[in-house]
Amino acid sequence: MKIIVCVKQVPDTSGKVAVNPDGTLNRASMAAITNPDDLNAVEAALTLKEQTGAEVVIVSMGPPPAEAMLREVLARGADRAVLVSAREFGGSDTYATSQILASAINKIGVEKDDIVMCGRQAIDGDTAQVGPQIAEKLGLPQVSYAADIKKDGDTLTIKRMLEDGYMTIKVKTPCLVTCIKELNEPRYMSVGGIFECYEKPYEVFNYETLKDDPLIDATTIGLKGSPTNILTSFTPPQKGAGMMLEGADKATCEKLAGIMAAKHMI
Amino acid sequence: MDFHLTREQEMVRKMYREFAETEVKPLAEEIDEEERFPMETVEKMAKLGMMGIYFPKKYGGAGGDVLSYAMCVEELSRVCGTTGVIVSAHTSLCCAPIYEHGTEEQKMKYLPDLLSGKKIGAFGLTEPGAGTDASGQQTTAVLDESGENYILNGTKCFITNGNVADTFVVFAMTDKSLGNHGISAFIVEKSFPGFSTGKHEKKMGIRGSSTCDLIFEDCIVPKENLLGKIGQGFKIAMMTLDGGRIGIAAQALGLGEGAINEAIKYTQERVQFKKRLSQFQNTQFQLADMHTRMQAAQYLVYAAAMKKELHEPYSMDAAMAKLFAAEAASDVTRRAVQLFGGYGYTREYPVERMMRDAKITEIYEGTSEVQRMVISSHLGVK
Repeated sequence: MKIIVCVKQVPDTSGKVAVNPDGTLNRASMAAITNPDDLNAVEAALTLKEQTGAEVVIVSMGPPPAEAMLREVLARGADRAVLVSAREFGGSDTYATSQILASAINKIGVEKDDIVMCGRQAIDGDTAQVGPQIAEKLGLPQVSYAADIKKDGDTLTIKRMLEDGYMTIKVKTPCLVTCIKELNEPRYMSVGGIFECYEKPYEVFNYETLKDDPLIDATTIGLKGSPTNILTSFTPPQKGAGMMLEGADKATCEKLAGIMAAKHMI
Repeated sequence: MDFHLTREQEMVRKMYREFAETEVKPLAEEIDEEERFPMETVEKMAKLGMMGIYFPKKYGGAGGDVLSYAMCVEELSRVCGTTGVIVSAHTSLCCAPIYEHGTEEQKMKYLPDLLSGKKIGAFGLTEPGAGTDASGQQTTAVLDESGENYILNGTKCFITNGNVADTFVVFAMTDKSLGNHGISAFIVEKSFPGFSTGKHEKKMGIRGSSTCDLIFEDCIVPKENLLGKIGQGFKIAMMTLDGGRIGIAAQALGLGEGAINEAIKYTQERVQFKKRLSQFQNTQFQLADMHTRMQAAQYLVYAAAMKKELHEPYSMDAAMAKLFAAEAASDVTRRAVQLFGGYGYTREYPVERMMRDAKITEIYEGTSEVQRMVISSHLGVK
């Protein structure tokens, strides 16, 4: 059994977000981190590894410096890493990215008892599209927004967290799961893991490696293969601080109703 | 000369800092206030390999290097001096002498539990009458009639990790007539009959760390627990303290850096005379001097750690690192309190704790005066 986890290196948007004059993200001026939701996927995979002895394979598409991030994931306990990197892949939107990642996952090979895991979404684009698109292209059943995963034989029981409640789904492997931060608390790199991580298997898949996959075609990868066109991008105005009313008594409720009525919300 | 860390060293520093900020910093004030040993932090550090950083995997260590260990103590101490010394005393004063002087059987018996952090280690050299003059050991070890066990009698004091440790490296006189050459080292388990610990010492700083007496009343220690050869104890103690000084120097380094970090944040916010404190030249010059001192300390500490890693003589380097880093940390933390003014003197801000914590680095594992003795003796000045 193996678990393939897709991870992305993203600019750290938790601090100050730098934007270029043309409205695109100024990645160079921001620290590069591993996408937070992807670390929840990594943690879920490592937890399953501890339970089942599964092999954990990390895949990322990005420029060569993304190796540093992959080594960090290896230092957390993953077994091997694959960086998908080529000029031809540059400028890909979610459609093209999922096309390329799906071909890379095909190359690694998805067998009957394998699982593919992704973070829900990346903090730079926030689309939450790549995971589900990979599942479609690989023909795998997908379960998104996993807040709890239990494995029993070839069946995963997954609690999906939705805006207004939970949904529990059973799915058989092979399948693809997208993970949210409520799923777990990602572990730290360990000292022993760090001193081993540069000795673990590390491969680079370039255009040559993947070009024979039917998914790879000049019209479906890179900038040319990306149907998304960005017309404009902007920083939304900051929302003001919310107002908190505390108390479960009638007076508080009346006060709340009064405020909402004054704002014509009710 | 290459001043760059390896990629693995850069990674461990990043991990230590994340861990310290997330897991250690939130507890620092509380464990100081309540004089509480942070066992939950030790358990977390154990899982991450931080209790056996530079020892081989064969014995359960993390397979890292000495500099990565020093950086661990440094990063922990930036936010909590107590947590820094727990790792330092465990690693340098208990794991290291067993690893460096133990037989293969002793290493296989004791190191896996210590290096994986399942057990905590401590070191018993200091006695009420034998502090800086460690040769004045009153604790005795006598072979019993069967010839199978040593019987230890005496008291050790100011033992870091004393009340929480399971395994102790302890020194005792096996032949008083031989002076220093009559001191031997033993590995003592908490469960050995006749061993007990005394009350917790109330201290000025590092108040979350456990400090207590070790009491030996006809304590039975199997003869196979003799560490090194009979009469080698003083030499083992001095070699162990050479390594320990790198840990304490790193603790001092972290405390100084942590205080600077706090002072930079505070002086950029605090406004007096309609200006931020950071806009006053006095603040700028103070912080420049403070940083320069700690940067110099860092070079000394890292150089000593790298020499130990390379098995080069490092006794003088460790003494210089500890002397300089400890005095710099005391000075820098005191200046940080001054920059904070009245708020710095309150427990609302961490710099008063850092100042209290820093003072001990000039005293334990060889006072600054002892470091000067070591350095001058290496210079051949008699």
